[in-house]
Formats: sequence, C-alpha cells, structure tokens
Amino acid sequence: MKRNLRIFFVICALTFVSLFIALPDKYQNWQKPQLNFNFLGKTISFNPQLKQGLDIQGGMQVVLQAQMGNIAPEDREQAIQSAREIILRRVDMYGINEPVVQTAKMGEDYRIIVELAGVSDANQALQLVGSTAQLEFKLQNEELASLPEATQSAFLWLQSFEGTGLTGKNLKRSQVQFDQQTNEPVISLEFDDEGTKLFAQVTQANIDRVLAIFIDGFPLTLPKINSAILNGRAQLSGSFTLEEAKNLNIQLNAGALPVPIKVLEQKQIGASLGQESVQKSVKAGLVGIILVMLFMTAYYGFKGLLASVGLVIYAILTVAIYKLLGVVLTLPGIAGLLLSVGMAVDANILIFERMKEELKSGKPLAQALELGFGRSFDSIKDANLATIMTALVLINPLDFSFLPTSGLVRGFGVTLLIGVLISLFTGVIVTRNLLRVFLLNRRKI
Amino acid sequence: MKYKFIYFLISAVFLIPGIFSLLFWGVKPGIDFTGGSLLEIKVETDNISLKEANVQKSGPNQFIIRGAAMDNQQKEELLAKLKQDLGKEVTELRFETVGPILGKELLQKTLTAVLLVSLIITLYVAKQFKQLKYGVCAILAMFHDSLILLGAFSLLGHFYGIEVNVLFVTALLTTLSFSVHDTIVVFDRIRELTRKNFKLKEEVVVWRAVRETLPRSINNSLTIIIMLLALVILGGESIRWFALALLIGAVTGTYSSTFTAAPLLLLWSDISKLLKKRR
Repeated sequence: MKRNLRIFFVICALTFVSLFIALPDKYQNWQKPQLNFNFLGKTISFNPQLKQGLDIQGGMQVVLQAQMGNIAPEDREQAIQSAREIILRRVDMYGINEPVVQTAKMGEDYRIIVELAGVSDANQALQLVGSTAQLEFKLQNEELASLPEATQSAFLWLQSFEGTGLTGKNLKRSQVQFDQQTNEPVISLEFDDEGTKLFAQVTQANIDRVLAIFIDGFPLTLPKINSAILNGRAQLSGSFTLEEAKNLNIQLNAGALPVPIKVLEQKQIGASLGQESVQKSVKAGLVGIILVMLFMTAYYGFKGLLASVGLVIYAILTVAIYKLLGVVLTLPGIAGLLLSVGMAVDANILIFERMKEELKSGKPLAQALELGFGRSFDSIKDANLATIMTALVLINPLDFSFLPTSGLVRGFGVTLLIGVLISLFTGVIVTRNLLRVFLLNRRKI
Repeated sequence: MKYKFIYFLISAVFLIPGIFSLLFWGVKPGIDFTGGSLLEIKVETDNISLKEANVQKSGPNQFIIRGAAMDNQQKEELLAKLKQDLGKEVTELRFETVGPILGKELLQKTLTAVLLVSLIITLYVAKQFKQLKYGVCAILAMFHDSLILLGAFSLLGHFYGIEVNVLFVTALLTTLSFSVHDTIVVFDRIRELTRKNFKLKEEVVVWRAVRETLPRSINNSLTIIIMLLALVILGGESIRWFALALLIGAVTGTYSSTFTAAPLLLLWSDISKLLKKRR
C-alpha cells in the first residue's frame, strides 16, 4: 500500500506542476504569479506560452517560387539561401513576431515558404517579401527636367534622370537616426569602398543637384546634394515623419533579391475568423469533456468517477506538454486534441469491462483489478500502435518531400500523437493508481 | 447463425448509395488540389452573385467566393468592385490562392500518404495476426470504412457543394487507424477465446468474442462520438466538415470491427469449407 501512496503523491505533484504551467497568464482579475529563477546573477523567467498557428491568430502564408532560369545550376542553392536571408531581414525589420522563412526543393523547383503572423495588409507584405527591387542612385538632368514638357509628362520627367553607376550593391547599410538639432528623423547611409569612391566623385561634381534614389525604376526619394561627401557616409534629411523614415529605411536596407520570384500560393486569414473558431471549439471541448465524464460516472459508478478524474489530469498534462514542447496549435490540432480526449478513456473502458468479467467469474476485487489491467494491456498497446503510426505519417517528422508538409495536417498529427501517448499514461498508470488507492481502501473501511 | 447476412445487408444499405454517387458524381475537390482562389468576406447583404465565380454563404453576412486562381491585385480589384456594387463596407476574412502546380503536387503527396498508411497498417495487422484470414478481414473492414466515408462526402459534395480538401484526407487516414484499432481488440479476443476453448466451434467463439467486446466498443465509440458531435454542432465553421468526416469515420470504424470484420471471418471459413467439399 505504501508504494501506491508514493506513486499517488508523485502523480499529485506532477498534476499541480502541470496545472501551474497550463494555466493562462491572466483570467479576468486574476494574475498568474511569475516564476523567475536567479541563475548566475541572471534572471531567467520560465513562462512558456501556447503557440498559435496562422489559422488561429491570423496572418499570411506565401509560397514563392524562385525563377532560376538565368542562374547556373551550381549557384542555385547559394542563390536560394541568400534570397531567404534577405527576405528574413526584410521581414524582421518590419517587426513581425517570430516570422518563419523556409526553403524547400521539389525536384528542380526551388521554393521559399514565408509565414507572417498577424499581418493583415497583404499588399504591403507581398511587396516586402516579393519585390526584387533594384536600387539605383540617379542624377537629375536639370535642363531636361525644366523643359515644359517634362513638368507635364511623368514619362519625360522620369527620363530626366541619368544613372551614376551607384546601385544598391554599393550600399552597406542604412539607419534611421534623429537629427541632433531639429530632432527630426533622418536616414544615414553608409557605402562600401567602391561606393564611397563613386559617391565622392558624384557629390563633388554635382553640388546642389538632385541625386534621386530609384527602386525598380521609380524614384523613392529626391534628396539634393548639399556638399561633397568623401567618407561614404551620407545623411538623408527632409521633412519625413518617423513612419516614412522607417519605411524608406526598410526599402533601402532590403536590397535586391538575387533571383526573381513568383507567388505560387497565398493564404491569408483574418484574426477574427480564427479567434471565433477557437472560442467555439473550446466551448465544444468543454461540453464534450463534461458529457464524457457524466457518461463514465453514470455507467461505471465510482470507477467511472475516478476515470473522470484521470481525464481531468489528462487534459491538464496535455496543455502543459503543449506549452513545454512549443506545439503550434492549429484549428485541426484542436480537433485532434478533442478526438484524443474521446480516445483517452478507451483504455479505462477496456480495463473496466475486463474487471467486470473477472468479478463475474468470482475473483475478489483486488485480484480482478490487477487482472483487468494486466489482461487488457496487450489490447491497449496493439490498438494504439496503429494510431501512433498514422499520426507519424501525418507529422512527417523527417520532412520527406513525397509526403504532405502542410502545417494543418501536421498540427492534427502532433496533437493526435501527444494525445495518444498521454492517454496511455493517464489511462493505464494514473487511473490504476487512483483505483488502487481509493477503490480498494474504500472497500476496506 | 444467419445474423451475419443481416449485418452485411446493413453495410450494403450504407455502402451502395455512396458507391453509386462516387461512380456518377465523384468527389468535389477543393482548391487545395485543383488550384484556384477562395475569398471569404463579410458584408451586410443577403446575396452576392458574380459571373466568373461561385459564391456560397458561410454564415450570417459571410460569403465564400471560389474561382480560378487570382493574384493579390486581382483580389483587390474584386473587393473594390464588390464594395462599389453593393455600396457597403466589405471586410476580407480569408484569402487563399493555390497555383495549379502546388495543387497537383499536394494530390500526389496525399495519395502517397494514404498508400503508405494502408501499407503500414496491412503489414502491422499481418504481423499481429500471423494468419492471412485475420489480416485480410481487417483490411476489408478498413476498405469498407474508407468507402463509406468517401461515399458520404461524394453525396455531400453533390447535394451541398462540400469540397474535399487536405483535411478530409487527414480524416480518412485517421479513419483507417480507428478501423484497425477496434478490429484488433475484437480479433485479440477471438484469439484468446480460441486458445482457451479449442473444442468449441469457430462460429460460437466469434460470436462470443463479439458479445464480450461489444460493450467496450460501443462505450468507447460513444465517448469519441460525444466529443466529435460537440465539435460538429458547437465548433466553428472552418473545421466543421473535418469534424464530421472524423465522426463518420469513428462510427463506421466501430461498426465495421464488430459487424463486418468478425462476420467476414466466418464467411471466409464457410467459403473455404465449401471449396474443400467440392474437391
């Protein structure tokens, strides 16, 4: 009996720790206490969060195809990797939380998959991700620009700019800063060695002329050269708002993608749709769990009640594990979770039915309990293996390119797998212990 | 016992309309597989009609527009046009566009997954039950379930325009595992009883095993059905059909283990006896 009690306390402790992890940070007026560890003078806070998939928090997924026609086969891998890095940099600067930028190869096809959570403006995002912008510095020919035709025709006006040989390639970095005197946002540019030389030549010879910065053939900004700049560090000032300065900075920094890309697939989900579905699914889950518990208690009595306690422990453990492992929760994932709750009591039902038979054949309760567990274990194990294998195919952990890699399918597979594994633990170990401690003791009293 | 034919008859009642529908109408593939665009919007109106696209109501003031693949710009134009025509604010809820290459690829991938799962389960059942008879019957029951699920969605597609997407295939795979899950429990019991009572006739043993595992099968399915039914009724629109597919799979998976797989075992013995007599 002592050993059972010990296991019982371990289970209780495990449940409480999991409950703490599983609880949301805030519920109405209640705030969860924070756990902060002090480790070698550094404070480490331990507060894992439930990760939500794009279909829940809203956002956008784009599959891009790199058009490698003009790139030598041996350079393609390099090109796709650097394209990925550039896109990641652009997205990072834009301030998107945990962006996902992956590359994939299907046969001879190179792809980049971009997932942006919380993005609602698709146009802006697509521009950010997909523009193969060519950045150029162009001098305005004042004679041409002052012709009356040029003031009326945008085409002729654009024609008045002449290339300087200075391009985005020469730009090392750009930054948003604040002018110390006026406190207005300015953009500081820094050129590489070649760029510094070119820039010095251009600025020396053309003071007071307009040196425009073009992206994809259109002027982004039209700064005037105030003085010759020899050290390769220039400052764009003007009456920018902070927002404008930031956007300009992103565009300047983004640089050119090494390969042209094409949008193959675009998926965009508004946050309201996902949140609504989650709320409904959570409600469905709670109603379902309560009905299952009522059913188990009604049909199996005290044993069923203990199984229901096991089910609650199961639910708590599952949420805690999701948080700890960083499982990305998607809507199909929630369906998988609910399904696994339904399956979680399966082990209990198998065992209870077995116990009934053993009791009928005249065995005492304690013996019937152990026989029930022992004899049904093979069935439980065999039956769950098929589900585990199916879940593994759905998760596709080795990223086989011949199997689906869709996030939704994976989300379902992951929750199903975790569900089956935890339900084996709660169904067999936890419930068995609860039965030993409570059912057998109660009869003795 | 002649009961087994009653069970086969019940199966047939559910199988035949589905097979009929599959042969004549097939299933309605979604844009995941065919490529194309889907735009879900919210606008205060009762009806939207578009020339080139198919519009479906997805909720109060919510509509799903399906059509050929369009890019972001075309979508913006469509939204602007709708706004102008209806004279009301149009909110974009969801926009998906899938190129034809990706659709084809996904179809291949999901078919590979279906084949792989079937193969794994077949090998697994064969290993578990060393006797050919058990393995074949378990797999026939699995086909029975897949056909019922496919047939149901073929009918739903024909009459209600429900599309088959990648999540449906996921549900189909889960159904395969449900199906063997229960079958294994029944077959385990048959083997155990056969070992204990080798003098009894096979028919008696099989029916006894069915009777003994029936409460467990029904109860377990009930708990799964409770959860899925709650999701179908109370859950959100976006996974409703997925939940329904899982629900159909769970019901037919339980039915087939007890009332298809086990009687098939008996039918197998009957036929092999008949063949022996003829020789």
